Amino acid sequence: MPITVNGSPVPLPSDPRVSLLDLLREELHLTGTKKGCNQGACGACTVLVDGERIISCLALAVQYDGRAITTIEGLADADALHPLQAAFIEHDGFQCGYCTPGQICSAVAMADEIARGLPSHVTGALDAGTIALTRDEVRERMSGNLCRCGAHNGIVDAILEVYGTSEAKVLEAAE
Amino acid sequence: MTPFSFNRATDQSEALQLAERGGRYLGGGTNLVDLMRETVEHPAALVDVTGLSRDIAETPDGGVMIGAGVTNSALAAHPTIRARYPVLARAILAGASAQIRNMATVGGNLLQRTRCTYFYDVEGSRCNKRRPGEGCDARGGFNRIHAILGASDACVATHPSDMCVALAALDAVVHLSSASGTRTLPLTELHRLPGDQPQIDTVLHPGELITAVELPAASIAAHSTYRKVRDRASYAFALVSVAAAIAVEDGRVSDVRLALGGVAHKPWRASRAEEMLRGKAASLDAFRAAAEAELADAVPLNDNGFKIELAKRTMTAVLAELAGVDA
Ligand SMILES: Cc1cc2nc3c(=O)[nH]c(=O)nc-3n(C[C@H](O)[C@H](O)[C@H](O)COP(=O)(O)OP(=O)(O)OC[C@H]3O[C@@H](n4cnc5c(N)ncnc54)[C@H](O)[C@@H]3O)c2cc1C
Ligand code: FES
Ligand code: FES
Repeated sequence: MPITVNGSPVPLPSDPRVSLLDLLREELHLTGTKKGCNQGACGACTVLVDGERIISCLALAVQYDGRAITTIEGLADADALHPLQAAFIEHDGFQCGYCTPGQICSAVAMADEIARGLPSHVTGALDAGTIALTRDEVRERMSGNLCRCGAHNGIVDAILEVYGTSEAKVLEAAE
Repeated sequence: MTPFSFNRATDQSEALQLAERGGRYLGGGTNLVDLMRETVEHPAALVDVTGLSRDIAETPDGGVMIGAGVTNSALAAHPTIRARYPVLARAILAGASAQIRNMATVGGNLLQRTRCTYFYDVEGSRCNKRRPGEGCDARGGFNRIHAILGASDACVATHPSDMCVALAALDAVVHLSSASGTRTLPLTELHRLPGDQPQIDTVLHPGELITAVELPAASIAAHSTYRKVRDRASYAFALVSVAAAIAVEDGRVSDVRLALGGVAHKPWRASRAEEMLRGKAASLDAFRAAAEAELADAVPLNDNGFKIELAKRTMTAVLAELAGVDA
């Protein structure tokens, strides 16, 4: 079975050593996804698999046959920016931009995790049905994406603008 | 990376057959692929077992059976785990990142290898775990993250898993399968202390497959938590961690479960502290005395002496929090 990347089927690499990251960058020339550490420690290589975020550097491409991969190239709608991309620009959510594709893919999946009511390390009650996307929640949930330029405050602002619930915005204003 | 062949096992018997022929099981790959790229590991064949046993099911006697292929994320998100075994959900959520937890499996988490930097440093360091008999550069090196309990002259590495610390406290049972049949093992007996064979992490036989982890029914587990102390607030391995559950009746500890992470070559069940606490008045003094007893045999290395007091304070604080005793 082929892998689907941004809607198009792609043949599996013949060498099982090829990581999903190298398949995307070297073979498909989708260079939006970045290689930072190649060790799982930075999140620059974050992509979505069937809507869930993973790091593509420690993923062997052959393990993902039949799965649907979405990269940063697949998030924007033709020339229209994804709302999160626009918010990153608005809030100075980057300097060099190297971590940005990973940050944005990660945040898109994070919003879905929040919508499904999944708790995080900083969530108070594990069985609360809904989760308010506070600044602390965003910081914890995005901790798998490092920014060497230190644009984290802008990143959090951008994410809160797009995905913050009104309840969280009230909490935020009160702080 | 050394070349290898890749196969996906469609069922358990196929997985066992491929392993008989020298195949190494592959879960999410978040540890094994990393170690292969660093040339610490060189399997000639990989057997993807992520398609096997992805169910979480309640057992007839009120426990929970967790398939080895369940992802760390799915386990932490499961309503039964969140409600009845919060220590397990909390331990998982304290580990790695959301991306890694989406990939990592239960089987792989159990068998992940140490994060000792000398173990990773193939070119520059000696490591008895990597090359038995060559020596341990961690012992005289920078050993802030290393073991304070149960270490040996040959090895001072720690087991890095958070999830396993909770499983140790919960009396989890590991279900195994091999060509010669099936067996079960308490999680606390799965991992070894290093002794003079630090290259062997667990008591598993070659080719043995982890099929499931079973949580026994335990009402005490509903009142449990996990606290992890680390160098940054998130996305870092534990310096010290504590998994705890406690039941207090009429001011006395009627039952207690305690395990420590980041301190030894295996998840450390604090049996000595538990014994001291059963039947005692639930007080700060009793908690501290139990922590002192558990750490009595701790041996510091050059850089990790702080862990001994840190472990005592963390144990005391977590028990106080759970028991509602003012710290
Ligand atoms: C940057 C980074 C940070 C991390 N931080 C943390 C942390 O804070 N806390 C923490 O606990 N963990 C942390 N981890 C480790 C992570 O939790 C493990 O890598 C993960 O749980 C391993 O699971 P896996 O399925 O990917 O295993 P794999 O890498 O696929 O396999 C690991 C081992 O298990 C064996 N194996 C897999 N499945 C089976 C089976 N069913 N039967 C028998 N053998 C099997 C494999 O052969 C291999 O030896 C971190 C990892 C990274 C890369
Ligand atoms: S490149 Fe994958 S996590 Fe850093
Ligand atoms: S913007 Fe430079 S690394 Fe994040």
